Amino acid sequence: MLLRFLACMGLGATLGAQTTTTAFVGARVIPIRGAPIEDGVLIVESGKIQAVGRRTDTPIPAGAMVRELRGKTLMPGLVDAHSHVGGGWGADSSSPIQPGVRMLDAVDCRDSGLQRAQAGGITTLNVMSGSGHLLSGQTIYLKNTDANTIEELAYSFPDGSPMGGMKMANGTNSHGEAPFPGTRGKSAALVRESFLAAQEYQRKLREAGDDASKKPARDLALEGLVEVLEGKRIVHHHTHRHDDIQTVLRLSREFGFRVVLHHVSEAWMMADEIVAAKVPCSLIVIDTPGGKLEAINLDYRSAAELEKRGGAELVAFHTDDWITDGRLFLRSAALAVRAGLSRETALAGLTINAAKQLDLEARVGSLEPGKDADFIVLSGDPLSVYTRIEETWVLGKKVFDLQDPKDRVWAEGGWGAGMDRVGNLCCLGGTEDR
Amino acid sequence: MKLTTLAAALLVATCAHAQDIAVRAERLHTVSGPVISDGMVIVRQGKITAVGPAAQVNVPEGLRLLRVRVATPGLIDAHSVIGLAGYLNQPHDQDQLDKSAPIQPELRAIDAYNAREKLVEWVREFGITTIHTGHGPGALVSGQTMVAKTRGQTAEEAVVVPYAMLACTLGSESRGGKSPGTAGKQMAMLREALLSAREYQGKLKEADASKRPTRDLRKEAWVEVLEKRVPLMVTAHRHQDLVSALRLAKEFDLRVVLDGASEVYQVLDDVRAAKVFVIAHPPMARFAGDMENASRSTYSKLAEAGIPFAFQSGFEDYVPKTRIVLYEAAIAASYGLGQERALRAITLDAATLLGLADRLGSLDVGKDGDIALYDGDPFEYTSHCVGTVIDGRQVFEGVR
Repeated sequence: MLLRFLACMGLGATLGAQTTTTAFVGARVIPIRGAPIEDGVLIVESGKIQAVGRRTDTPIPAGAMVRELRGKTLMPGLVDAHSHVGGGWGADSSSPIQPGVRMLDAVDCRDSGLQRAQAGGITTLNVMSGSGHLLSGQTIYLKNTDANTIEELAYSFPDGSPMGGMKMANGTNSHGEAPFPGTRGKSAALVRESFLAAQEYQRKLREAGDDASKKPARDLALEGLVEVLEGKRIVHHHTHRHDDIQTVLRLSREFGFRVVLHHVSEAWMMADEIVAAKVPCSLIVIDTPGGKLEAINLDYRSAAELEKRGGAELVAFHTDDWITDGRLFLRSAALAVRAGLSRETALAGLTINAAKQLDLEARVGSLEPGKDADFIVLSGDPLSVYTRIEETWVLGKKVFDLQDPKDRVWAEGGWGAGMDRVGNLCCLGGTEDR
Repeated sequence: MKLTTLAAALLVATCAHAQDIAVRAERLHTVSGPVISDGMVIVRQGKITAVGPAAQVNVPEGLRLLRVRVATPGLIDAHSVIGLAGYLNQPHDQDQLDKSAPIQPELRAIDAYNAREKLVEWVREFGITTIHTGHGPGALVSGQTMVAKTRGQTAEEAVVVPYAMLACTLGSESRGGKSPGTAGKQMAMLREALLSAREYQGKLKEADASKRPTRDLRKEAWVEVLEKRVPLMVTAHRHQDLVSALRLAKEFDLRVVLDGASEVYQVLDDVRAAKVFVIAHPPMARFAGDMENASRSTYSKLAEAGIPFAFQSGFEDYVPKTRIVLYEAAIAASYGLGQERALRAITLDAATLLGLADRLGSLDVGKDGDIALYDGDPFEYTSHCVGTVIDGRQVFEGVR
């Protein structure tokens, strides 16, 4: 019995994309869609979830490896819709609107931030450039497994191209010396001019139809904006103050682009308007208000205020890593519960609701048959400070194990933790292999 | 009639002084002793007069009684900059650091402390009743620190110790610019300043008043350190900088407190042998720069090594503008330190560090009536602080 258990553990750690079937049994399973299951079963095959249910009515396929998780909690991998790990910069200081710039070309896939995010249970991330521009470029949605190239991490659109949204910002972060805007009115005018140009470009493309000779010359910036106008790319919009939130809603209505509000410090003041517009919010939870003028009214109760008005499905959280720590992503949702949010919405806000904000709800965000086998194993209640994330699995492969001393460095810090995944090879004692 | 009213008023005044209060808690953490189930604390005129099981402690008539699930001693933030650093983060509310010179021990915290700063009110609403605050890290010697209660409208009303420590920073944070540009230069500058202060200290003792030197604010501040009335708080993270601080302490026979100390786990034997106190870095601080090797397992290592330590909110230059020491201790608790020890680090151990264990840090008769009230385990994310009492006065009422 013990031998078999150990054998399973070993195999689970060494197999790549799973070709065999593994049954994780005995944990409290929180599927997110549906009530928590005591003594649950999760069956994984070839990186996908095959079945989820109660032990008593979920048959374990013959030949499946069985992993006992009695006393543990199992839930979907977390989805962080706003992260800056990877050390990448998108747009530069040449202009305030740069829709042709891609984070795909900027992220370091070996950055230690990705490892720390794994330790925090984050299996899907939207990596974006900063908020110093009105539009700082195309974001990239990543599957947080270990990889040698960014292409291996990136989710794909149905057409096969790397998947991501478009990062925009208003308020004071994107203000600056010309050509950057100096006021809010100028900011909105610059954005509107860009979208008008994109509409014109879109019209020419449509009129040309299949006639290549009539097509306008390729323009990377306008192509990026057309993808926004067509709804392919969701705008991820940094915004804090109540009037800036309203401006985003106004521009989104005018040009018909899909938008997720990010940070939204004053969402608690604008909850009626946000819920009426059915615009999702990716909220940041900061320990203390202030630190910048736009965040002086930040309040933990934004999520609860949206939920109270029927906007539960609009609520998600993000780390904005390094503003908050990816290793403590669960904590953001727990602090929202402290301010009145329901536990159900808090957990959905770390998973399925965030997945929806990235158009990834068909693949991740809940434990359902057919979805990616991205999940985490916890020592207890996900909203308790005393709970530790013990394992993180992506596509049926274990990418983080708290018991592994090398992984523990990512979870807790320590000698060599500042190095990235490659640099760390030399600093953990020389012979250690990662 | 008038006389009766006066008599009644006098009676109320003696029975229920403004600084009288009783707290009955389902779990009373005295910190100095075991947790008391259904415990009671009585505070009269700002001081604790009785503590024990509710069945054994009489509540004097007329005393206001607060009933809560959990009560602890008022929490102590062992190192902060709030009151000097404000939440707006605009030049006009940032008084924690003047960079016009690398060594400025004459800068007093009490001349910069804003008792009405919103951050002070904010941390008070989490049960923090005492802060060790003042000039921040970022200069070789940035100035003095003070101990304040998180109440009062002026620095004078808030202050407990006007000159608590002298703030010194080693490492890359206090280098840059022309000088000091290296670690060697930092230490040379500190040693020169101390040598010159020692000479001044000697001259002050001249029997002939005419031979005594004219007053020098800078050297006066150093003399307090040389005479061990005030510790030198050295903010440093790299192991070699921590050892440099111990070397300096030995050379000049100083009381040194190590602050931040990210790599302390590499030099535990040296630190223990030097018998110094550590104000450990916040576990949620960003592990970057000199802090890149910081670890959340440091606290349990300090505890195992028998090195005394407390927690701090530290200094933040963006968001969050301050951390909350309750939250920081909670993370340390969950990363191996445990609840009881983490609570002691933000109460009694912090009071000991500040030389105030006779007044603060535990619920014991004779100590200040500083009590934090919670509706559950204070460290749990989803618990709330439901009241804060300072010197027997309820200064926060609500749910935070």
